[in-house]
Amino acid sequence: MNENLKKAPFSAQINLSKFNMQDFEKATDEEKRQQEVMGESTTFFKDSMRRLRKNPLAMLSIVILALLLLVIIFAPLVIPYGYADIVKGTANLHPMEYSTSELKQIANGESVFPHLFGTDSLGRDYFIRVVYGARVSLGVGIFASILVLAIGMLYGSISGYLGGKVDLVMMRIVDIIYSLPDMLLIILLAVVLNETLTPLIEGTILAKLGTNMIALFIVFGLLYWVGMARLIRGQILTIKQNEYVLAAQCIGTSTARTIRRHILPNCLSVIIITTALQIPSAIFTESYLSFLGLGVSAPMPSLGSLANDARAGMMTYPERLLFPAFAICLIVLALNLLGDGLRDAFDPKLSK
Amino acid sequence: MSSEYILEVEHLKQYFPVKNGFRTVPLKAVDDISFSIKPGETLGLVGESGCGKTTVGRTLLRLYQPTSGRIVFDGDVLFDSENKIDVKMQPYRKQMQMVFQDPYSSLNPRMTVEDIIGEPLDVHKLYSSKGERHDKIIELMETVGLNAEHATRYAHEFSGGQRQRIGIARALAVDPKFIVCDEPVSALDVSIQAQVVNMFEDLQKQRGLSYLFIAHDLLVVQHISDRIAVMYLGHMMEIAESDELMDNPIHPYTQSLLSAVPIPDPETARKSQRIILEGDVPSPLKMPSGCPFRTRCRYATEQCAREMPPFTDRGNGHMVACWNK
Ligand SMILES: Nc1ncnc2c1ncn2[C@@H]1O[C@H](COP(=O)(O)OP(=O)(O)O)[C@@H](O)[C@H]1O
Ligand code: SF4
Ligand SMILES: [Mg+2]
Repeated sequence: MNENLKKAPFSAQINLSKFNMQDFEKATDEEKRQQEVMGESTTFFKDSMRRLRKNPLAMLSIVILALLLLVIIFAPLVIPYGYADIVKGTANLHPMEYSTSELKQIANGESVFPHLFGTDSLGRDYFIRVVYGARVSLGVGIFASILVLAIGMLYGSISGYLGGKVDLVMMRIVDIIYSLPDMLLIILLAVVLNETLTPLIEGTILAKLGTNMIALFIVFGLLYWVGMARLIRGQILTIKQNEYVLAAQCIGTSTARTIRRHILPNCLSVIIITTALQIPSAIFTESYLSFLGLGVSAPMPSLGSLANDARAGMMTYPERLLFPAFAICLIVLALNLLGDGLRDAFDPKLSK
Repeated sequence: MSSEYILEVEHLKQYFPVKNGFRTVPLKAVDDISFSIKPGETLGLVGESGCGKTTVGRTLLRLYQPTSGRIVFDGDVLFDSENKIDVKMQPYRKQMQMVFQDPYSSLNPRMTVEDIIGEPLDVHKLYSSKGERHDKIIELMETVGLNAEHATRYAHEFSGGQRQRIGIARALAVDPKFIVCDEPVSALDVSIQAQVVNMFEDLQKQRGLSYLFIAHDLLVVQHISDRIAVMYLGHMMEIAESDELMDNPIHPYTQSLLSAVPIPDPETARKSQRIILEGDVPSPLKMPSGCPFRTRCRYATEQCAREMPPFTDRGNGHMVACWNK
């Protein structure tokens, strides 16, 4: 055997010089066939989930989001304070501090639930306010994204599938909407709705959120779907180029079945990814508006309005700004990382 | 109904509206093409990439709406622009099928092999029970040489050659009479090409299929075709029996194509003079006047620039479009 074939020091390759050619025998057909056996079958979805599980940042985001959800759901059940409850004499406490009256109660042997994040200037437990703030922010983010998804998907898939003149007109409308100044519209709508809607919604749940939130949803529904619509239209145009759509037509598959079986399943990953990335963007908009004072109506908190309120005593009570700001960052960052992870997991081109 | 031809195409035109600057102009992808295919026959269609071969195949299967012309399948007129006949294709989808060029984009990545091959069965309701559907799919997979155990796998798990077999099984599922094979082997490894071409031949013998077999490679087409048609820039240049076309090409374009084919016998190779094609294929948007080939033809005369040569029979059905006698 050739000397050059000798095993390299750390190579795992078999040292061929140890063997004689005579020791080998030809593979039988049976054995050759076994070589052809393919790997474990996976569906595209399973495969993507496997890739997602291998992404540590995405998994960390999922854990963080799950913990946050647990806190948001269960904290109000455990903690004896409400987000609007004013406890007398307990204003302006630092985290874990007790007021003089509460200290007396403790001395008497009564148990008092600690103020984890302290209290605000009115004596409301700050932890529960941050929890409710996160509830509102996440809720707004998720609902706004679903709204955007529903409108965008319907519009985008009609425009993309029909193509031609219909597509042209529908996309010009999108262009026009795209060019409208969204913040200005939200502010204008908030002012107008505040005047007109307040008496109408009195006493309903909507009143708790306030007319500003309704304005926010309307603007999301009117304006923000265009990005999603464009994206889905683009995706459908690309998928339509694939020969399997033509093959379906050649077989005689109906249009409805073609959309259902061939086009939408191939858009699914883009839809999931964009929705995951839409939520943090909506949360951010909500927080931003609340910070400007255009968010939820008091006393209902949102992370943005909490941060806004905290500006007054920023020097003495910096934690009041830090807690909601940190919560916004954590939620937005975790959702963004999860969205990125989903994109990497679902996009086979990037992962190969 | 039966007739002498399984498929007759007359003066077929397919113009695509394309944007050229601010104006929309017609791109003449297929311009006035006529041919016919007998039952059980294979017509090879060759030509450089972009000359409109795929468009011919797709238009005659009515995947594109023809601009004008006449398509007759098995005695039934499917489309006739003069008499305003434009039939519903659904019943004919069972009789005419297509095998696509790209084995990757022609299979839906979200479907299993079973569902891909089963879709034509579902669409045309070709089974009475789940079991019958399954049996038919397994039988089709075995016909095209796929391991039936892999029915629940996704297309991306297969190699190019296996994927093309899945595409063939899908076309065969409706038990068609006629199949357009659009460069079915040009995306495959050379070693696999022969296997797949042989399979097409076997299937033809077993099932009495007729093919329009598209390729840009004359050698592949020569092997499988009874007759060969040569296209250039959307026009038909020459049609003849395979051997006749290879031995006695009349059209200058066919001659140049043949001289580009490697000749296995060195003696013959030395004797034959290579005709090197000069210049590029003109854009289909800037079609030359008269004969489309004249910008690259060494026999081109003034007449060629003035008038389009007619497609005439030079004896025994050897059709040529050229002024040069
Ligand atoms: N759907 C379409 N719209 C516009 N132009 C097209 C379309 N399909 C094909 N073409 C054009 O028609 C010509 C012929 O294309 P094709 O039939 O794919 O050629 P081939 O299959 O011989 O390579 C090309 O110039 C191509 O750009
Ligand atoms: S018609 Fe004229 S230009 Fe065209 S191929 Fe014949 S000789 Fe050449
Ligand atoms: Mg082609």
